[in-house]
Amino acid sequence: MSETLSATARPSAAPPPTPPGASSRSLAIARLRDLALVPAIIAVAIVGSIVNPVFLSADNIINVLQSMSEIAIVVLAQTIVLITGKMDLSLESTFGLAPGIAAWLIVDPALTRGLGLDLLPDAWAVPIVLLVGALVGAFNGLLIVRFGLNGFIVTLGMLIVLRGLLTGISGGQTFFALPESMTYLGSATWFGVPASIWLSLLLFAVGVVVLGYTRAGRALYAIGGNADAARAAGIRTGRVLWIALIVAGMLAALAGLLMSGRLAAVPAAQGNGAIFQVFAAAVIGGVSLNGGKGSVFGAFTGVLLLFMIINVLTLAGVPAQWTNFLNGTVILVALVVSRITGGKAQT
Amino acid sequence: MSAASQGSTDGLADVDQPVVEAVNITKRFGSTLALSEAGIVVRRGETHALVGRNGAGKSTLVSILTGLQGADAGTVTFDGHPAPPLADRDAWRKRVACVYQKSTIIGTLTVAENLFLNRHARGPAGLIRWPRLRREAEQLLAEWSVDVDVRQPASTLTVEQRQFVEIARALSFGARFIILDEPTAQLDGAGINRLFNRIRDLRAQGVTFLFISHHLQEIYEICDQVTVFRDARHIVTAPVAQLSRPALVAAMTGEDVIMPEADRRSLPADAPVLLSVRDLVTPSGAELTLQARAGEVVGIAGGGGSGKVEAAEAIVGLTRPAGGTVTVDGRVLRPGSVPDALDAGVGLVPQDRHREGLVPLLSIAENVTMTVPGRIGRRGLISPARRDALARDTIADLTIKAAGPHVPVSDLSGGNQQKVVMGRALASNPKLLVLITPTAGVDVRSKQTLLGVVEEVRRRGTTVLVVSDELDDLRICDRVLVMFQGRVVREMAHGWSDNDLVAAMEGVDLHHV
Repeated sequence: MSETLSATARPSAAPPPTPPGASSRSLAIARLRDLALVPAIIAVAIVGSIVNPVFLSADNIINVLQSMSEIAIVVLAQTIVLITGKMDLSLESTFGLAPGIAAWLIVDPALTRGLGLDLLPDAWAVPIVLLVGALVGAFNGLLIVRFGLNGFIVTLGMLIVLRGLLTGISGGQTFFALPESMTYLGSATWFGVPASIWLSLLLFAVGVVVLGYTRAGRALYAIGGNADAARAAGIRTGRVLWIALIVAGMLAALAGLLMSGRLAAVPAAQGNGAIFQVFAAAVIGGVSLNGGKGSVFGAFTGVLLLFMIINVLTLAGVPAQWTNFLNGTVILVALVVSRITGGKAQT
Repeated sequence: MSAASQGSTDGLADVDQPVVEAVNITKRFGSTLALSEAGIVVRRGETHALVGRNGAGKSTLVSILTGLQGADAGTVTFDGHPAPPLADRDAWRKRVACVYQKSTIIGTLTVAENLFLNRHARGPAGLIRWPRLRREAEQLLAEWSVDVDVRQPASTLTVEQRQFVEIARALSFGARFIILDEPTAQLDGAGINRLFNRIRDLRAQGVTFLFISHHLQEIYEICDQVTVFRDARHIVTAPVAQLSRPALVAAMTGEDVIMPEADRRSLPADAPVLLSVRDLVTPSGAELTLQARAGEVVGIAGGGGSGKVEAAEAIVGLTRPAGGTVTVDGRVLRPGSVPDALDAGVGLVPQDRHREGLVPLLSIAENVTMTVPGRIGRRGLISPARRDALARDTIADLTIKAAGPHVPVSDLSGGNQQKVVMGRALASNPKLLVLITPTAGVDVRSKQTLLGVVEEVRRRGTTVLVVSDELDDLRICDRVLVMFQGRVVREMAHGWSDNDLVAAMEGVDLHHV
């Protein structure tokens, strides 16, 4: 053993070191991270207006906002889940299944060559859609939170199961002749702007407030940042996760309803493949796949940037066969752009 | 002292009652008996040390005292009152707080939010009022004189700042009994000093501490009482002043342990220079020049900002130096290349075994042989038999406590994990062995084994660099280079006095003041 080292042998203490510059710089980055995509959005707007003057017209802006409104709500849902450090792939299937089930239960088979059951009155449409979303989220929660299964694999399985369920009940066909209760939200216009735009903006505003200014919202960040520490701080991590998954399911279901309303139909493939765009938008918007980091506003700028670029390409007359190739390219380019403007590795 | 008055004072009236008393605690995990009728009594205002080797049951006792786990048998009382039910976290937090080795600070949130997590200041609509929350956080930290900007993300805090923030948070719940679980393991000398000053200040204000440490000199420095656990049992509780150091070690180990020291040998005059570091400049600006001969053990000592770790990492290629050359046995190493360093015969025990030293889910065998695929391969494929044989040798040589080479290292205790890291460094029969804080967070017995190994490899003609500020580590060195603020300020031959070395690490020259 070493000799006794008396207290006096150690020279008196200096003040605790503060890393010079490091703290103030990261502080500035933390504040600016929310706005990191704004320069990119402005740049795309300028390029867009050069490519085609129509780009900045009110009609086109409304067109962009409407085309993104449904996916944007799913991005909001995914953001909530990602911040807790989990991920929910099944959202894209919920997006199709929830309005699909509502249509299945409500639509009169006499009008649709045998599709549908005509079990419930029209007025049940919205409650059913939300209920299906909540049930899917609750079941995900059961497997992930209660049984401790891996969230990625659980929701991947759910993605396939729910997609199969929709294909099963619809026979692979498209539900049409939807009642007005299902089409209203997706097709109505309030104050000259489609209701789906109002709804998505409202939901994002609510999301900003809830995630930024309520204990429940901050609990999401705490869980994603360090679940053990969150538990030690008295947060009921299981319950919060469960609620986050249920809310995400309901948001995806609502988004699906808006989409069905806009198209006045529920195709069996509604939402198929959309999850990749959703993830891309969230990550571009600065939401960390490892949890604990990201903001609702950032996610909104991410999805906005993505859809603006797609719109510019459409206006530039890019042929439709190239859309998928360009979608993928846009995601990669947007990631690079946000990496440069955000300045931080996207973990 | 507003936090003191606003905190829970119920039950504090009865001063004679111990702050906490645990009696006949038994706890099993499966077939393992973690605590066997063990107990502890901590009286108000004292700083009580809890010591024992890894696996003695300290951590289990801590989790029972903090209400994270229930005991299978036995009782816990606070101020004479029975402990609250496990589900009532708030009640536990008012009585006891623990600063764990593993941080309970959330790096992605700001310091202010960490302090008031799940109890944010709220306005009428239930919405969080961030300005008020920040103000309260500033007040709280100012009250306990913690100098930290509450708006910075907690990930930017140093270990020391993080501990102070955690202590302040614990106090703000009203707890006046704080458990510090190896708080000094990741601090340098100056940081430990500041922590101890903080503990003394808080003790003067009526805060009781339970202090867990592997460093016995710290216990003699800061604690009043000491309780020793061994093999899940309570061995002894005594005033620190009445328990001599050998007696304490004997109580911990059940036998006497003598730390190895460099023996009084002189290197053969013709021992070749194996390591030559010329004008090495690290990215942070620290400079180092040194030569070491075969069979020589050279210590590099220094405090937190001394640049000793950066210099060592530059030597082994973990970081790319800004300038200078490293020559091992006549071969100039490619800067910033670990493979080249390995190839030249460099073995490394990195500073943080959890981050750089181990892959926790892989087995001992896979970890030990990670750097030497060539030695266990046959025609390009790994031979499990050779791998396991090599690992068995390591387990035997380093007395790693494990059932066999296939045990995942995550199942091992801290000391045994560090032995695996050492085994990995030795697997390649290195010409140069670089050890960065090799005994951080390991118990007395493992420390003895690890340092004993150094003596053995030295005899085989390996050059050893020991980079540490731990005196026990440096005692095995033939000479010690002391770094301060990026420069080598002194070179001390074996036989230095503790005070001289510590003073030199702090940048003070006792002989010329």
